[in-house]
Amino acid sequence: MSVELVPVATRLRSVSVGRLARSRRHRGLLVGMLLVGIWVLGALAAPVLTGDGPDEQRLEETFQPPSTRHAFGTDDLGRDVLTRVLYGGRSTLTLGLAVVALGGVLGIIVGTTAGYLGGWADEGIMRASELVMAFPAIILAMAIAVALGPGLTNAGLAMVLVWWPPYARLARGEVLSIKHLEYVEAAVVIGQTHLGILRRAILPNILPSVVVLATIDLGSAIVTGAGLSFLGLGATPPTPEWGAMVSAGRELLAQWWVATFPGLAIFLTVLGFNLVGDGIRDLLDPRRRGRV
Amino acid sequence: MRRVPAEAGTRTQSMLYYLLRRLLLSVPTLVGITFVTFLVSHLLPADLVLINLGDRATQNPALVEAFRHRWGLDQSFMVQYLVYLRNLVHGDLGISIATNRPVLTELWLSLPATAELATVAMIAAFIIGAGLGVLAATYRDTAVDFLARGISTIGVAVPTFWFAILLVSTVYFRLGWAPPPGRLGAGLTPVEPITGMQLVDSLLRGRTDLFADALSHIVLPATVLATVGIGFMTRITRASMLEVLTQDYVRTARAKGLAGRAVIIRHALRNALIPVITIGGTLYAQLMSGTVMTETIFSWPGLGRYAFSSAASLDFPAVLGVALIVGTVYVIINLLVDVLYVFINPRIRYR
Repeated sequence: MSVELVPVATRLRSVSVGRLARSRRHRGLLVGMLLVGIWVLGALAAPVLTGDGPDEQRLEETFQPPSTRHAFGTDDLGRDVLTRVLYGGRSTLTLGLAVVALGGVLGIIVGTTAGYLGGWADEGIMRASELVMAFPAIILAMAIAVALGPGLTNAGLAMVLVWWPPYARLARGEVLSIKHLEYVEAAVVIGQTHLGILRRAILPNILPSVVVLATIDLGSAIVTGAGLSFLGLGATPPTPEWGAMVSAGRELLAQWWVATFPGLAIFLTVLGFNLVGDGIRDLLDPRRRGRV
Repeated sequence: MRRVPAEAGTRTQSMLYYLLRRLLLSVPTLVGITFVTFLVSHLLPADLVLINLGDRATQNPALVEAFRHRWGLDQSFMVQYLVYLRNLVHGDLGISIATNRPVLTELWLSLPATAELATVAMIAAFIIGAGLGVLAATYRDTAVDFLARGISTIGVAVPTFWFAILLVSTVYFRLGWAPPPGRLGAGLTPVEPITGMQLVDSLLRGRTDLFADALSHIVLPATVLATVGIGFMTRITRASMLEVLTQDYVRTARAKGLAGRAVIIRHALRNALIPVITIGGTLYAQLMSGTVMTETIFSWPGLGRYAFSSAASLDFPAVLGVALIVGTVYVIINLLVDVLYVFINPRIRYR
């Protein structure tokens, strides 16, 4: 893997969007980018796209089925579901991105430290990560979220605490495979500091594979975050959030649109991120193309 | 390919040694899990007294003191942990703070419900997922492959809690094709438990009417869990089959003039099964450790729902119990997977 890393990084840079569009092999990646793009844009441009505010109640218009005026219908307080879905993307997407980013950074720090130092530090850190991985993550996250109190930040913190181990293991593996290569040893010989070696020689080499893992991981982070909100441990009302909105529509079997549309948003976003993740992995490792 | 009978005895023996050693090695992991849970429960800035006694009682110092003493909260961390370990050795998982019943009793009530649901879902996921995977690989780049990959991509991405609600609102509410959430129809009394699994117990007691009712209740939640499973199983089976189909022995089998189906099933599938079993084992372990969302939505009294209600009330003895049983389930299923490997591939030896 490590030997391939440099060409892998250049390959990623040389991929242009135009080439992607011409290639039928990367249809999945394109569809994925489109799906993700729609929801990201929708969340960013929500105030422009819709005239209503996310918390704007119209009590005379509760539970309106989808119509031309309210494409996704209205909820129990007469709020426009489409508006809330667009705004809800802000919470849901930010939570997923933040968990992967923080968990990834934490994992890289822990993993590179373990791999670089070796010895008992490595042993201890890796045993700790195994423990967290063997542990039922959702239960731990639930307990932490309950204890910290509901809220998006707390749900995110709880998730980060159980999210880092795969990144730590990946980063450690990459460090172990490159730390005896000549250019790293050269950096040691010319007297660079540990931090300098990590930053200049090691980090650039482990980043590509971490980025691939993070892309594949984003979908499950979004589902888990929305799930915590669904259980009442994440976003608190009236914050629009996809998981919490599905939960609010849970008992409303006759008003199907209240739960269906925010759930559809989660589904399509996760689908998009999964397709992008698979597509990027295929780009970097053409040997596996179309296999998985 | 067949084993020589004389060899079989020593093989079984070395296999048993291997399993025994693996079981012993898993003890530190399980103890580690209890330690981490214990540590987390102590580091959390949560006021157990406030959560369990409520606002008013917290004003009464005598009550608070009694509560802290009752649950050992007045002891130091290490003392509490050692007491827990000592009780654990005697098979005592402590008393649930929320219900005042032994945690072990409650776990034994929840586990069969989860096991029943997980097993039905897993069987469906394995048969359908592996089948789709084989078809997709055999007819690579055709409409069949496209369809199978589509189903698997959707299955992996669909959020279970949303899918579960969709099924309840369409299949039960709109169409009336399935009963409402729950394990048995209203007014039906379950049979005297033997295994705790409704499907098994009703058959053992000869109550086919209850069996039919229990079966109709398990269809929707099992569909939710199986859909995700089918996604993963199809993906991994297809990938593994594609790998195997390029191997020399498959080409040899084809060159010998064997029928296409015989090559696919006997030569390719058997060799492609190892990664499928690995992923299947992980999936089964996940389902067996309780699925919080599905069990909550379908009012299924399993481990997942128990874990959620325990966590929500910060009932730490119960949370510890769930963590332990989930860890144990993982260890046992991983061992079963190792044993299965040997049956699928006689070349695998354990020492």
